[in-house]
Amino acid sequence: MNSALFIPASLATWFADVKETFVFCFIEKKRYTFLTEGIWMTIKVSLVAALFGLVIGFVIAIFNLSNKKALNKIGKVYTDIIRGTPSVTQLMIIYFVVLAKTGLAKWLIASIAFSINSGAYVSEIIRAGILSIDKGQTEAGRSLGLKGSQTMMSIVIPQAVKNIFPALCNEFITLIKETAIVGYVGLVDIQKAGDFIKSTTYEAFMPLIGTAIIYFVIIKVLTVSLGKVEKRLRKSDVR
Amino acid sequence: MIKVHNLHKHFGDLKVLNGIDEHIEKGEVVVVIGPSGSGKSTFLRCLNMLETPTEGEIYVDDEQINAPKVDINRIRQKMGMVFQHFHLFPHLTVRENITLAPVKLKKMTKEQANEKAMYLLKKVGLEDKVDNYPEQLSGGQKQRIAIARSLAMEPEIMLFDEPTSALDPEMVGEVLDVMKDLAKSGMTMVVVTHEMGFAREVGTRLLFMDNGVILESGDPREILSNPQNDRTKLFLSKVL
Repeated sequence: MNSALFIPASLATWFADVKETFVFCFIEKKRYTFLTEGIWMTIKVSLVAALFGLVIGFVIAIFNLSNKKALNKIGKVYTDIIRGTPSVTQLMIIYFVVLAKTGLAKWLIASIAFSINSGAYVSEIIRAGILSIDKGQTEAGRSLGLKGSQTMMSIVIPQAVKNIFPALCNEFITLIKETAIVGYVGLVDIQKAGDFIKSTTYEAFMPLIGTAIIYFVIIKVLTVSLGKVEKRLRKSDVR
Repeated sequence: MIKVHNLHKHFGDLKVLNGIDEHIEKGEVVVVIGPSGSGKSTFLRCLNMLETPTEGEIYVDDEQINAPKVDINRIRQKMGMVFQHFHLFPHLTVRENITLAPVKLKKMTKEQANEKAMYLLKKVGLEDKVDNYPEQLSGGQKQRIAIARSLAMEPEIMLFDEPTSALDPEMVGEVLDVMKDLAKSGMTMVVVTHEMGFAREVGTRLLFMDNGVILESGDPREILSNPQNDRTKLFLSKVL
């Protein structure tokens, strides 16, 4: 049949086309360097933001769980504002208004903005995690003479972490994708790099699909490795 | 050792304890019985301030423990507590469950605490479970570990809040045996329980509570066979 020959032939041209666009978009004039720098930027901004976000989230969670009314209020206002406004608006306000004159590195300012954003969501996750631990655990710890903070750190938090680990991973993944808006404040991350290549080559397909694939691979690698960590956390569950 | 004066505890409108006066001497094994909702658990939980009294005073070794600014953690170190639902720490091994508090509170070094843990596990007959996690144990084993965990802090007083109520019947005996040994060793104990046999055998004093007050107090054998109060009579006729 003719068609049996026809398909491979057209596939071959299709592959040739793809290869040509690939070389044109990424290899020529070393345009891939935009992407490698973008990848580094995305990783840098998200990692630092995740770390600070975790710290902020923990503090706000403790505020929200405290029996001091003033701390509750601070925690509530914080989460309300962050959850009630778009992250791109928050990023721009922090970049162009709040920290504009500090002289901090641009990427660091972006990281801070994202950690403030992420902290609000993380705080709710941590709060739920702490509340999920039976009150008896705290009572057992306190009845042994441990202080409230010691009970929290040695007994409640380790158990809570196990329960909330998947939710925290989810938040981290969301955060990585959220950083795709740093182009708004002039940073070149993966998204912006793909955009650059798109506008200089007038090719849309290759740079945008390339951008998507890079994000996908980063997050896939992360999910797999975090999955392994989770398995290790569950070692006390074996029956 | 423990003095309770005019103890009241209210949860909102619910008045659980309505004026309790009680002295517990060193070496006594006080068994507290009464119908559910009579306030016996709340009374016990007030003794180590897991519940804050609404009114009244509690003294341990002549120190008022419900006064403001008292370091309750220091007091709790000499009062062990065993709960109905064990509350072992599921993320820690048996050894870690027992050694956590003595090491964290700098009462013992890690080595001393480990040694203590092995000694106590031998005493409760579970030295082979030292590296297991709580989930791998039966209810009776969990409760014996919980007792060992409390004893690791070398308390002067042990509080038991219905320690056998969550156990399958065939496991009650093994926990009671540990408690009997403890009583014989001279430990001061306050035990909220429904185990009348335990009260009769090792109790030095029985308290019958109802509606947040102590209605009858005295020798367990005497009260169990010849109760004076009508409420006590009614209760015992139902449970014995």
